[in-house]
Amino acid sequence: MDKIIIRKNTYYDSVSLMTISEKAKLLSNVTDVVVSMGTETNKELLRDINFNDERLNDVGPNDLIIAIRTEDEKSIEETSKKIENMLTEKEIKSEAGEDIKVTSIQYAIKQNPDSNLVIISVPGEYAYLETKKALVAGKHVTLFSDNVTIDEENDLKEYAVSKGLLMMGPDCGTAIINNVPLAFANAIPRGPIGIVGASGTGSQEVSSLIARAGSGISQLIGTGGRDLSEKIGGKMMLLGIEALENDPDTKIIVLISKPPAASVMEKILVRASKCSKPVVVHFIGGDKSVVEKYKLTAAKSLEETAVKAVEFAEQKKVSFTIDESELEKIANSETSRMSKNQKYIRGLYSGGTLCDESMLFLQKSFGRIFSNTPLDKNCKLNDNRVSEKDTIIDLGDDEFTKGKAHPMIDPSYRRLRLMIESKDTEVSIVLLDIVIGYGSHPDPAGSMLETVVTAKKEFEKRGQYLSVIASVCGTEADPQVLSKQEAKLREAGVVCMPSNFQAVMLAEKIKGMLL
Amino acid sequence: MSKNVIDLFSQELSVINVGIESFHKDLISQNVHSLHVYWKPPATNNKDVISALKSLYTDDVEEANRKVVEIISNGHPKLIGLGIAKDVIPGLTEKTILHAGPPVTWDRMCGPMRGAVLGGILYEGLAKDVNDAEKLASSKIDFHPCHHFHAVGPMAGILTPSMPVWIVKNETYGNLAYATMNEGLGKVLRFGAFGPEVIVRLNWMQDELYPILKQSLELKGSIDLRVLIAQALQMGDECHNRNKALTSLFYRELAPAIVKTDFSNEQKAKVLEFINSNDHFGLNLSMPAAKSIMEPTEGIDNSTIVSTMARNGTDFGIRVAGLKGQWFTAASPKVKGLYFPGYSENDAALDLGDSVITETSGIGGFAMAAAPAIVGFVGGKPSDAINYTEKMYHITMVESRFFQIPALGFRGTPTGIDVRKVIETGILPIINTGIAHKDAGVGQVGAGLVSPPMECFEKALVSLSKECKM
Repeated sequence: MDKIIIRKNTYYDSVSLMTISEKAKLLSNVTDVVVSMGTETNKELLRDINFNDERLNDVGPNDLIIAIRTEDEKSIEETSKKIENMLTEKEIKSEAGEDIKVTSIQYAIKQNPDSNLVIISVPGEYAYLETKKALVAGKHVTLFSDNVTIDEENDLKEYAVSKGLLMMGPDCGTAIINNVPLAFANAIPRGPIGIVGASGTGSQEVSSLIARAGSGISQLIGTGGRDLSEKIGGKMMLLGIEALENDPDTKIIVLISKPPAASVMEKILVRASKCSKPVVVHFIGGDKSVVEKYKLTAAKSLEETAVKAVEFAEQKKVSFTIDESELEKIANSETSRMSKNQKYIRGLYSGGTLCDESMLFLQKSFGRIFSNTPLDKNCKLNDNRVSEKDTIIDLGDDEFTKGKAHPMIDPSYRRLRLMIESKDTEVSIVLLDIVIGYGSHPDPAGSMLETVVTAKKEFEKRGQYLSVIASVCGTEADPQVLSKQEAKLREAGVVCMPSNFQAVMLAEKIKGMLL
Repeated sequence: MSKNVIDLFSQELSVINVGIESFHKDLISQNVHSLHVYWKPPATNNKDVISALKSLYTDDVEEANRKVVEIISNGHPKLIGLGIAKDVIPGLTEKTILHAGPPVTWDRMCGPMRGAVLGGILYEGLAKDVNDAEKLASSKIDFHPCHHFHAVGPMAGILTPSMPVWIVKNETYGNLAYATMNEGLGKVLRFGAFGPEVIVRLNWMQDELYPILKQSLELKGSIDLRVLIAQALQMGDECHNRNKALTSLFYRELAPAIVKTDFSNEQKAKVLEFINSNDHFGLNLSMPAAKSIMEPTEGIDNSTIVSTMARNGTDFGIRVAGLKGQWFTAASPKVKGLYFPGYSENDAALDLGDSVITETSGIGGFAMAAAPAIVGFVGGKPSDAINYTEKMYHITMVESRFFQIPALGFRGTPTGIDVRKVIETGILPIINTGIAHKDAGVGQVGAGLVSPPMECFEKALVSLSKECKM
């Protein structure tokens, strides 16, 4: 029994609607529920799961669609009533939260003329407009939205730079300004290290490890992943370097990015080499010697980036490396119960940069690493939902987030995928990243526990053993608390390593022993 | 180059969050100042309109808009005198008849406007009877919008060369605006009546009312309309659909001077009686006052602020400050409202008149919160009046320095309608208005609320994006 309710001109943000959809799916006798705005993508999704209705043709992005599938007719009415309640609950709550409902940036600025930063996370097609409004009003911007065209990005950054404003993004998940974590970021103490990062989880990992090593950061400026492309030319990274150079609280500057376009790489490195402060550069997967040619400090991993920055800043030796004999012991114990045919690694990552880092090191040791976002295009999975041999998946990639929240918020597909991997008798190791901090799931470790235990049991039933290795990206001061997350993982039999790099090193060691 | 960023580093972070609400909640939980915007996509699916919108957030546009609202805020209308239209309005020939709204030809005019035109021709003595007048109207008369002659007219807004007109001067910018005197309610020219009693009244207005008021104004000197309107707003008027207070204040100002004129007591008493019996007498003062405030904004390049809104009963038209002289029109809408006994929506003409110049300048419907007494017209509660005004703050640039609303803590009225904001929010200007009978000569049949068609704003926005210097 299907029912589609359409409410014209009723807008809700997609995160709220996804939450409601998830909640509604748990109601009794419900087979499927989709509550979404009538965008083309959403309408297609509905048709894909056989919700067909001619009325959908006239529905636009401002119209709300409630699609319900239940086992019987009675449940349809009950379910739709309950969903309506969930929607209005939200309305009442938000009404009560504000004296006057602020519906536009301009009105918000009228209410608070002293505001200095605007965070924008509207759907990509509208992001340009909102960002331009904020910049025209002289406000710095964190642009979280993705699906902004590169021309739009260039236009916005050109304008921002002309006004000396930060335009962090698009697709900027991580920034820390004046010790305040914005969007997806961790609680890091104030300190002497300033970061300009073109990679969200990369910046999270480095800043968290800096905190773990006992130092802190002055500012973390996000640039968005395309800032160092040919077209954008590193506009925000250059502004970031200049700002951090002139910032009296910053003593060390850290730059993090995927390897830039060649011309941009030179521009950035020339600028960095003229900087009056020490600069640590990590181009993930890039050639270290290029950086060193400019008399700058290069790092090979996110962990080493943090280590070198802290060594500069605090003038002390820092290490996350686990004692070789200790590592040996863990590896031995993990492999002892594995069967002969177990050999493959499966990485299920929520953080794109962490995923890249794992592929990078594993590829060096074992050659082909399959992925939905492979480093070597010959290793692209045929079907991204089916792993092959050694596979590392970026679950935050578009294909998996269409109509769904990011895996850092919504663990459901990672759980499902882990169960799928557990059916594969040739798998030996599962690698996980647990990203905590603001913006993330309130308990990401907890959300995975039951599935990890079940997966491990699957192997036990077959007389095998599954090694699950994870690292938690975050700090003690994060709302989820680093040590609590690690304790939960260990309780479920997960080997917890202090950084993603260390987790990968352990996986490499174990797989090496199996060959 | 990085000075603004360094400044940011030394300030306390104060965030505006647009989109995902949890980011805002995270900030609040850390005691960081954050204001959440309940964002909605622009209220249009039209791709041209959206791309026009994207091109219209520039420094030039902001600068132009600031200039325009400064002009509006500085506007200082004073009533400086009365004169005969053809003597005081430049370019008005014997064969010219001015009408309300955007340009319209005789064949497209609505019933009440046609009636008023016939009445105007008869009043001018250009035709001997109605048939003759009709012939003349369809061939010999030059029709023009009042707005093209610095004038405004309520309802049909017919202004003929012999009619006496108020002369209002914007002290700050020196420009003049004109409007006829209000004839009262019932069978009157502005609602399309053209029977003998209408002509008789118009003649009396020309022969007695005009000279007496003219002389008394000369005795009194100019009257500051900005002060009068500001006071009226604090006395329950919004100066479009309710003008009781404004009329009374005007009466108080002028009565002693009227008594001092050298006309007979009977004539003077009749004038005082006429003003006193017509609650809308003040409308024909608030309208030219608003017109005089808005006119200096015309032709400020790149501005997206509305400079004119007007209707002729066939089309609704708007003009924007950045595109001088261009009308953006769409079919005039129906008015939602309350009808006098015996009438219904079927009897109503479509939206009509220049009186919406009051809303354009930030009073009228925009100041509805000041006039709870009139929400009855839409079957509403006083809180509805407040909500209407509150909504208008979302589509305007600034708050008036002079016109304040007691019920909102003396907040200035919402001023400077931004076409971009109208499109984005989907909130249309709210207009208080009278409703004319669709047939000529019946008169007013009700009053209510109306909004311009969104199409006017979409057309204006697209043209702005094409013509604005980028």
